[in-house]
Amino acid sequence: MAETNAGPMLAADGTPLKKSLARALRRQKLRALMLIAPLLIFVLVTFVIPIGDMLLRSVKNDIVADTLPATVEVLGDWDHDAQELPGDDVWTAFYVDMWFAAERKEHTRLGTRLNYELTGVSSLFRKTGRRVDRFDTDIYADQFVALNPEWEAPQTFAAMLDGPAADELPLTADAWARWKEFNVEEGDAVLEEDVPDFVYTALHYELSQGAEVTGASERLRAAAAAVGEFETVSLRDQFADADEDWLDPEVWKTIQLYSPRVTPGYFANAADMQVTPEGLESRPENQQIYGVLFKRTLFMSLVITGSCILLGYPVAWLLANLPMRVANLLMILVLLPFWTSLLVRTSAWKVMLQQQGVVNDVLVWLGLVADDARLTMINNQFGTIVAMTHILLPFMILPMYSVMQTIPPSYLRAAKSLGATNWTAFWRVYFPQSVPGIGAGSILVFILAIGYYITPEIVGGNTGTFISNRIAYHISSSLNWGLAAALGTILLVVVLVLYWAYDRIVGIDNVKLG
Amino acid sequence: MADTQSADAFVEFERVQKSYDGETLVVKDLNLSLPKGEFLTMLGPSGSGKTTCLMMLAGFETATHGEIKLDGRPINNIPPHKRGIGMVFQNYALFPHMTVAENLAFPLEVRRMGKSDREAKVKRALDMVQMGEFGGRRPAQLSGGQQQRIALARALVFEPELVLMDEPLGALDKQLREHMQFEITRIAHDLGITTVYVTHDQTEALTMSDRVAVFNDGRIQQLAPPDQLYESPQNSFVAQFIGENNTLDGVVQEIRGDHCTVKLEDGSIIDAKPVNVSQPGEKTLVSIRPERVEMNRDRLNPDAHTLKAEVLEFIYMGDIFRTRLRVAGREDFVIKTRNAPDQRRLKPGEQIEIGWMPEDCRALDA
Repeated sequence: MAETNAGPMLAADGTPLKKSLARALRRQKLRALMLIAPLLIFVLVTFVIPIGDMLLRSVKNDIVADTLPATVEVLGDWDHDAQELPGDDVWTAFYVDMWFAAERKEHTRLGTRLNYELTGVSSLFRKTGRRVDRFDTDIYADQFVALNPEWEAPQTFAAMLDGPAADELPLTADAWARWKEFNVEEGDAVLEEDVPDFVYTALHYELSQGAEVTGASERLRAAAAAVGEFETVSLRDQFADADEDWLDPEVWKTIQLYSPRVTPGYFANAADMQVTPEGLESRPENQQIYGVLFKRTLFMSLVITGSCILLGYPVAWLLANLPMRVANLLMILVLLPFWTSLLVRTSAWKVMLQQQGVVNDVLVWLGLVADDARLTMINNQFGTIVAMTHILLPFMILPMYSVMQTIPPSYLRAAKSLGATNWTAFWRVYFPQSVPGIGAGSILVFILAIGYYITPEIVGGNTGTFISNRIAYHISSSLNWGLAAALGTILLVVVLVLYWAYDRIVGIDNVKLG
Repeated sequence: MADTQSADAFVEFERVQKSYDGETLVVKDLNLSLPKGEFLTMLGPSGSGKTTCLMMLAGFETATHGEIKLDGRPINNIPPHKRGIGMVFQNYALFPHMTVAENLAFPLEVRRMGKSDREAKVKRALDMVQMGEFGGRRPAQLSGGQQQRIALARALVFEPELVLMDEPLGALDKQLREHMQFEITRIAHDLGITTVYVTHDQTEALTMSDRVAVFNDGRIQQLAPPDQLYESPQNSFVAQFIGENNTLDGVVQEIRGDHCTVKLEDGSIIDAKPVNVSQPGEKTLVSIRPERVEMNRDRLNPDAHTLKAEVLEFIYMGDIFRTRLRVAGREDFVIKTRNAPDQRRLKPGEQIEIGWMPEDCRALDA
């Protein structure tokens, strides 16, 4: 057109053509969106959101900070290098936290969580939880009441800790606030309940540490002056009495290390490393399992993909080149495994390959294998590779077939008429055109294989299991969901990286599914 | 009809038969020979066996019976890649994953030709089809006509003495097709190669070939140069298949030398030339070309028989007029007249009289 340089093209009514077009297309787009909306919502609600949540669990670590809020706050200042146990501030805060945790039965969950990082912590928490409300801290209450009977009344504490004194007695105020909250949860009135021992303990600790109470009530000032004379009970000894592991600085180190709400611990664990105060460290050789499993999963998936290509290519070629009727029959045979349960097929392989199984029996009968030296073909890598190759084969054949179907036979004829032998014609002309099918099949089989679970679980034994089996174990048996999520995330990232590499090398546009 | 078994035959089919299912013959007793340098077209409707013949010659199908010889040697047992026959396929069959130059170099490469020779030949072949600039392109980046040229160049680049073409122009539009017809014949004659060309388009066959073999029902119905084929069809199939044609059913009344009279179904008598009728009383199909029908009584022999006809439709086609008539009870009788200044334009409903020279009207098998 002559006036292409006269600004944007205009529609008949004078609006810019682009805008006009966009308006016209909006309805179509909206309709398309409505059509996919049910599936989109379904996938979001049942798939994307749960998976996102699961992946977040790989770094989430709220349980320590939620269960031991006071302890986490004071433990931050503790010097873990000194090989000394934390001071009374920590013990007192921990006593308050533990009391609530035990009452709410949260201490066992915390113990389980920390047990992932330090073996034995689980029973430590369980034992202590049973003992924590029977500590000998009642002497503080008695002594406060002896000093002034008003200390027995909850109203005293309510008046004191809801007032300005709270700023000077943070731990006591915190304990009192949580106590009130706890009573609300239980449906009790806090002013009708006895003041619990840990509040006296906290008060005693803070007063004896010289809390600034000059502006406070006379009662409190009197108590502050008297605490120096009080008979004391060592919380450290009380805890040690419950379980002497509390005297092990490693326990405190672990609690301190896992205090933050976000932790790299699960990922470190999944990469055969551990978090230490000094940074990440490799685990001892005999505890490294995930690296081996990841490598094995990758290796076996590659072998399975390779065997699928080798076995599937000729079949796909036949399918694409046989007359329709024969090809249809063959196609049914290829699809037959799809119509049989996965479990049935895998179990069938178990029957076929076991030492007293069909294959071994035939080999013995043929005299190829001695009766006392039957081959071990199941519950190892070999069995897993055989069974999974069989199960995933259709996923290789179908994309290869659909690509080969689009290659006209005249290409081969043309190559031969130009002087190429059968092999040259195949290798130079047919094969390059079938590569997209191989690519599509490989990526399908590989990604399916790398996350496969049931077959390796059944026929994998010890040496043929995949990383997915470990993930399933942590989900359903050890209940270490954080670690399972970290392993899953790593697996997902590995697959995405491989997919990216594949795209760079082969080009994802070259993948045809039909 | 040229001899089917000549001594200097370059390609020879001897009593060749072909069956795919063991029940029906697709090719029945084919005898054909063509000398070096000839451009032969196999023409016929689909399913007539012409492509099968081509495939047997190329080596992609084996003859069920009979012998095929190339330059005197039987080639029945020679695999296709050793026959050295160039071939152009219907859909070109250019390898999509190779560039144009790589496609052309392919036959040279498999013949283990050196790189510099290869490049020179590829360049020469590309220049021959006027595609010198396109060596680096992929086939998908070319238009249909360009792909066609490349396919031709690829079939010729290794200098075969025989080139087979399987409906190579089928996918092109009319104008391009006509242009390519000319190109292909020019190149074939310039290089002096023997060409076997398969098509179902009779115009293509007539304009390009030295000789045309008309196939039907697994047999060659007639093998002749284009002009003979058009003007002297040997049987009613050829007459009807090639060009436009009027046919009338009748019975031979009298034969005198190369002249006979035929009585039509409605009782009228016409003159004809007996081609494959031998005695009176025989049923026959007479065939006459639309452009040989004469409306002017003065141009006919004084004793010629004429027929009454009624104009049904007059179509103006530019260079010619096409008029549909009702003749002897049939309504599909067509005549063509040149758009000359003195030519009258007939009106529907007009009654006219038509006739023809006896030699233009051929009495064929019924």
